[in-house]
Amino acid sequence: MDKCKRKSNIYNVLYDASLTVIDVQSDDVRIGVYVCHCGGNISNVVDVEEVRKFAEKIPGVVIARDHEHVCSEAGQKMILDDIKKFKLNRVVIAACSPKFHEPTFMKLLKEAGVNPYLLEMANIREQDSWVHADNPKGATEKAKDQVAMAIAKAKLNEALEIKEIPIGNRVLVIGGGIAGIQAALDLADSGCEVYLVEREPTIGGRMAQLSYTFPTDDCSLCILSPKMADVYNHPNIKLFTYSEIENIEGYVGNYRVTIRVKPRYVDMDRCDACGSCAEVCPVEVPDEFDWGLRMRKAIYVPHAMAVPYKYLIDGEHCLYLNEGECWLCALVCLPGAINFKDTEKKVTITVDAIIVATGYDLFDATTLENYGYGKYANVIIAPQLERLVMPTGPTSGKVVRLSDGKIAKKIAFIQCVGSRDEQINRIDCSRVCCMYAIKQAMILKRQDITRDVYIFYIDIRAFGKGFEEYYMRAQEMGIHFIRGKVAEIIEDPITKNVIVRAEDTLTGKFIEMEFDLVVLSVGLVPSKGSEELAKKLRITVGPGGFFLEAHPKYRPVDTLREGIFICGCAQGPKDIADTVAQASAAAGRALRLISQRKITLEPIKAFIKTDLCDGCGICIEKCPLGAILAENNTVTINEAICNGCGSCIPYCPKNAIDLRHYTEEQLIAEIKAALESKKPNEIRVIAFFDDSCTYKAADLAGTSRIQYTDKMRIIRVPSSSRLTPRIILSAFRYGADGVFIGDCLPGGSPYHPKVLDVINDLIRKTRRMLRKYRIDTRRIRFDTIAVDTAERLAKNLNELVAIAERLGPVKPEKREKIKF
Amino acid sequence: MFKGLAAKVYELSGENVYLCYQCGMCSGSCPLVSVMDIPPNQVIRMIQLNMEEVLDSKTIWICASCYNCTIRCPRGLDPAKIINALRNIKMRKGISVVNLRKIPKVEEYPQLALVAASRKLMG
Repeated sequence: MDKCKRKSNIYNVLYDASLTVIDVQSDDVRIGVYVCHCGGNISNVVDVEEVRKFAEKIPGVVIARDHEHVCSEAGQKMILDDIKKFKLNRVVIAACSPKFHEPTFMKLLKEAGVNPYLLEMANIREQDSWVHADNPKGATEKAKDQVAMAIAKAKLNEALEIKEIPIGNRVLVIGGGIAGIQAALDLADSGCEVYLVEREPTIGGRMAQLSYTFPTDDCSLCILSPKMADVYNHPNIKLFTYSEIENIEGYVGNYRVTIRVKPRYVDMDRCDACGSCAEVCPVEVPDEFDWGLRMRKAIYVPHAMAVPYKYLIDGEHCLYLNEGECWLCALVCLPGAINFKDTEKKVTITVDAIIVATGYDLFDATTLENYGYGKYANVIIAPQLERLVMPTGPTSGKVVRLSDGKIAKKIAFIQCVGSRDEQINRIDCSRVCCMYAIKQAMILKRQDITRDVYIFYIDIRAFGKGFEEYYMRAQEMGIHFIRGKVAEIIEDPITKNVIVRAEDTLTGKFIEMEFDLVVLSVGLVPSKGSEELAKKLRITVGPGGFFLEAHPKYRPVDTLREGIFICGCAQGPKDIADTVAQASAAAGRALRLISQRKITLEPIKAFIKTDLCDGCGICIEKCPLGAILAENNTVTINEAICNGCGSCIPYCPKNAIDLRHYTEEQLIAEIKAALESKKPNEIRVIAFFDDSCTYKAADLAGTSRIQYTDKMRIIRVPSSSRLTPRIILSAFRYGADGVFIGDCLPGGSPYHPKVLDVINDLIRKTRRMLRKYRIDTRRIRFDTIAVDTAERLAKNLNELVAIAERLGPVKPEKREKIKF
Repeated sequence: MFKGLAAKVYELSGENVYLCYQCGMCSGSCPLVSVMDIPPNQVIRMIQLNMEEVLDSKTIWICASCYNCTIRCPRGLDPAKIINALRNIKMRKGISVVNLRKIPKVEEYPQLALVAASRKLMG
């Protein structure tokens, strides 16, 4: 870990503690305004001198200058000198998009001893000179307004403190299947302190139950068991088997986790796994590991390769524990490991990051009555066949009919059982069934080439590396592929043969065929208890019930909660290769966090105005991250969890919650400044652009030189969910004739997936109020804008302005009535 | 949104035939598929491809509306409703399969059969 270098991004420079920040904030606001020519990019359209002169006259402005390139070294030195000379405590820069040089200038302010959050930028290049190139007069007017808006906001900017949370190297991995094992080993090898929690008595998960793995046909346990042993012997891994997560609280760098260790009734240190206890145990129950195909005792090891290889007593079935009689195992146990007084234990640990690798369960085929699983003996599910083909399995590798134990000669596989089916609400493809059915079919053929093997499929999805070749080999072996979903399965009551009815869609012929054995290729569903775990972790569950990633492409293993990662089938169905890749990715993401040693918290967070808050707690429910807590009737925000989306704000009935750096007061000040220059019969529209999508799209419109209306003034907000009806109404109150609101496409917001719901609620509420004031609700337009759809944004803005022009300016007497 | 036959079917049944992924579940479940000239899944395929000859198939009149296909369709479509829509298209052109007047000894048929026939097979 010591070798890990801290990532040197701009924020680290900004937040470097070695530079001391002199807080020059005082009541006496002293602003310096700098207007950039950008080598003609701005000055060819905008009259820079006029803008500068305009800025000079605004109260609070001490100095206003223009410069060929403010971002250049000379330009930066000019600002640095001015800050010292004029004792500036606010800086407003009218130049290119803040997306380019905001970090540069924030760093400059920091060096000059001014809090970097006292900087404000006016985007007069991408959102002005480049998009109004043919309208120099309008562009200059707009630039003046933009500078006035920036000054108005800057006056209210606060010096914000950047907080740091130390990050240690303790990681909790939930789930001990192949995903959890891989992530735990990667982290432990990197020097992290890993806690691996597994619900079952052994690690290994579902992969341990498989026979062979496609497309290479390696024996599953042969490649898995060395890794299981590595976990067991690793000095950096603390293993909790037969344990569950009871509770999780805290935040990144400080997650307090309570683990419930279930009683094994066998002393792990004493048990030498001789097995004499199981020999004498009189209780037999179906073995979960073999999917009920054989029996195990009430005292047992899950399987021959279990890790830890220690016996345990199944408390549900043990005679002594339930009826107080028996005690046989204790009599024969030489090391005296049996401890009937064993109880549930609770262990509390503190970790810095969490990896969720809870895997999957199999679709319950008994719910599909037309397939008869659970009703007909010779209809089995594919995981059962996995056990049947194993030489160490319940039938020593013979694939038999479960009704009479005869070798099965004619076998059918039925695909998409519990996948791609709207009727049972499982629309997704389970991604592995096609390949495992082909694998099993080939194993059956290899055992006996005279066997008739049929696969009834809808589509064969052989998309992975080496999969198509695998599929081809299966066809070569004479496995019959029939394209048609099986409609129903019935049993011949005398022979117990199973009859499959389907349509061969390629010939259009109805097929009725008799088989010895039918195998249902069941799909993958979220593992039992996922939903409760998601609630404990405060992470989101997607439509299929699997955990939802922060972004489907760029953040595939992150969740919206910092420091919690997901991998493997917990995130969605996938094969072993993908699972391992994703587990290593999750470990890598966790290491990225850990190697920073500390994380800096962006100070742009929600805060409570305690004098207004009445403790109703509506915000607590609305916070998607669980960052808001109530203690003794007071509501507090945990800044380590809050990501500053502002989704709580529109719901507060008392206006008692606000967002730092984008407070209601600041946004209203910007609105006022934007509308001050408006002439009586002019049309003007206020546009709220979210920082992550719409603002970037507007910048793109600039770089693409898309020309659009100069009638609107843009206000940048982190997310439009931060707006309130009061803010939108104030725009109309102070002279706007329309309000445009932009935010990301569904799922595109970096904050959380429900941002759009919040905005829709907010707009509905605002429209209702507008109706009350008899203002046309078409004056509000909300659009979801992707970063790359600049043309659409320009078109929509033009449309709104056209509507506002058609409706005419809002009448002054209507405006005056607006109260908020 | 749609054109041709698919549009007409959508208008009459509210079903989007383009959702069908041709698994054949409907045909496999159909108790009368053995006497149909075109299996139900191909009926839907022909609507997708705007093949008007589907209207001349026996299938659309043979369908008994047992709704086996409907309860099993993995895409949540309602094939029985779609076939009903095809019958409606045909009957709106004034083409009926059964003409009560031409049935010999019509008075000897059960009332229920005649009512059913006039509902399903006559325009």
